[in-house]
Amino acid sequence: MCGIVGLFLKDKSLEPKLGDMLTDMLITMTDRGPDSAGIAIYGADSSGRAKLTVQSDAPEEAFDGLDGALAEALSGDVSIRVIDTHAVLELPAGKEEEARAALAELRPGLRVMSAGDTIEIYKEVGLPEKVAERFNVRGMGGSHGIGHTRMATESAVTTEGAHPFSTGSDQCLVHNGSLSNHNALRRKLRREGVRIESQNDTEVGAAYLTWKMQNGASLGEALESSLEDLDGFFTFVVGTKDGFGVVRDPIACKPAVMAETDQYVAFGSEYRALVNLPGIEDARVWEPEPATVYFWNH
Amino acid sequence: MQTYDLEANGLRGLNSALQELNGSTNKTAWEIVNPKGSHAIAVGLNSPVEVTVKGSTGYYCAGMNQQATVRVEGSVGPGVAENMMSGTVIVDGDASQYAGATGHGGLLVIKGNASSRCGISMKGIDIVVHGNIGHMCAFMAQAGNLVVLGDAGDALGDSCYEARFFVRGSVKSLGADCIEKEMRPEHIEILKDLLARAGADAKPEEFKRYGSARKLYNFDVDNAQAY
Repeated sequence: MCGIVGLFLKDKSLEPKLGDMLTDMLITMTDRGPDSAGIAIYGADSSGRAKLTVQSDAPEEAFDGLDGALAEALSGDVSIRVIDTHAVLELPAGKEEEARAALAELRPGLRVMSAGDTIEIYKEVGLPEKVAERFNVRGMGGSHGIGHTRMATESAVTTEGAHPFSTGSDQCLVHNGSLSNHNALRRKLRREGVRIESQNDTEVGAAYLTWKMQNGASLGEALESSLEDLDGFFTFVVGTKDGFGVVRDPIACKPAVMAETDQYVAFGSEYRALVNLPGIEDARVWEPEPATVYFWNH
Repeated sequence: MQTYDLEANGLRGLNSALQELNGSTNKTAWEIVNPKGSHAIAVGLNSPVEVTVKGSTGYYCAGMNQQATVRVEGSVGPGVAENMMSGTVIVDGDASQYAGATGHGGLLVIKGNASSRCGISMKGIDIVVHGNIGHMCAFMAQAGNLVVLGDAGDALGDSCYEARFFVRGSVKSLGADCIEKEMRPEHIEILKDLLARAGADAKPEEFKRYGSARKLYNFDVDNAQAY
């Protein structure tokens, strides 16, 4: 199973309500995925600074004094914003890789959820409603966001197995389905130097897209080639700094519904997830075609 | 006319109220408001009741229908009118995958498009789609009629038995053992009746008929390589 929701806003006046709308959509998809939930939100630009979202199973110890220690290691200004088990670190632009290395030294158990200019990822094990509440997703604004409710198949129910996955700057991916060639592809991508942290199939899908884009493909082209190179069932929703894309495998047995109005483009695993969006009665509602890439850009 | 607010009163109440009428011959009319994409609306009905759903539904709307007429003033999720035995189901919008799957009888009308696997394993149901249909429709179809006013996707009628497929538009590809067949006068008559009952404005002569080549009915050792 698994449930996916996504919202890409065209109307700036809706931006402060993005988290609120996404939370309602996410909770509606609870019975498709009650194990864990996660959300990637593209919020305010960190004005020339890099943003790292990190997670710890022991947040009190891990985040205590982390900004100071990291500032020293990077010899630059670092700020920290702690939200439950996650924290958003803002650091000087271009110091992202250095920060990852420093964090591995300073706090070995810490996981990097996402990195980029605007992306923040929050994900945990538990009912979607509880997860959204812990991170106060309702209070978050932004230009676009993607949420996922998980019913695990390919790897254990853990924080790192939850979606979204981010394997490149400001990129994220969520997945409904299961990939069957992820082990071979993971080995191949690792040989190419792509960072893959978990045993999860979806992370391999995300890493594959990142690798394609690092080699010059646009997101649209990367999604096109995923139809050739990924084996299994998938409905993917992906986010980039200013874009939002959808692709389904050629068999297309994993459900998907989309809606578009002048104000937004919305995705739901089921129509139920979209019913309370403003103006849905007059939206263009359709089922995305199999093996067809859909993509919107700001 | 009875009006039922699904959001306020819940799905169980609706289906048990409608199923309480099962076996009765009283024709009553029901209107369901605020469906909001809910699953399994108006399933297991077995009386000549008329149900109108004012909006779009989720999975398995009007499943296992007998006698009842269910109209959805919106689109439907996967598995509409699944395993229908008799009666009529009309969808004003689009239908998601496997519409009318395994249906034994009755009439399913989709005014918009139907996506993949429409009429999969149909066993006697009649399905009329005013728009297009997706891939793998009527896979293993055994009996009944599938009428498509628009185009059909890949692998229409793969491994089908004695069901008939009438398509007015293009067929992207035919499935294994499905071929185009001659349109004889009796087929024109069947089609004329179905188009009239489905409120479709089309001439039977504009359609092509497809069906089983009957080559897969019996095991043939020369086909062993194909499996």
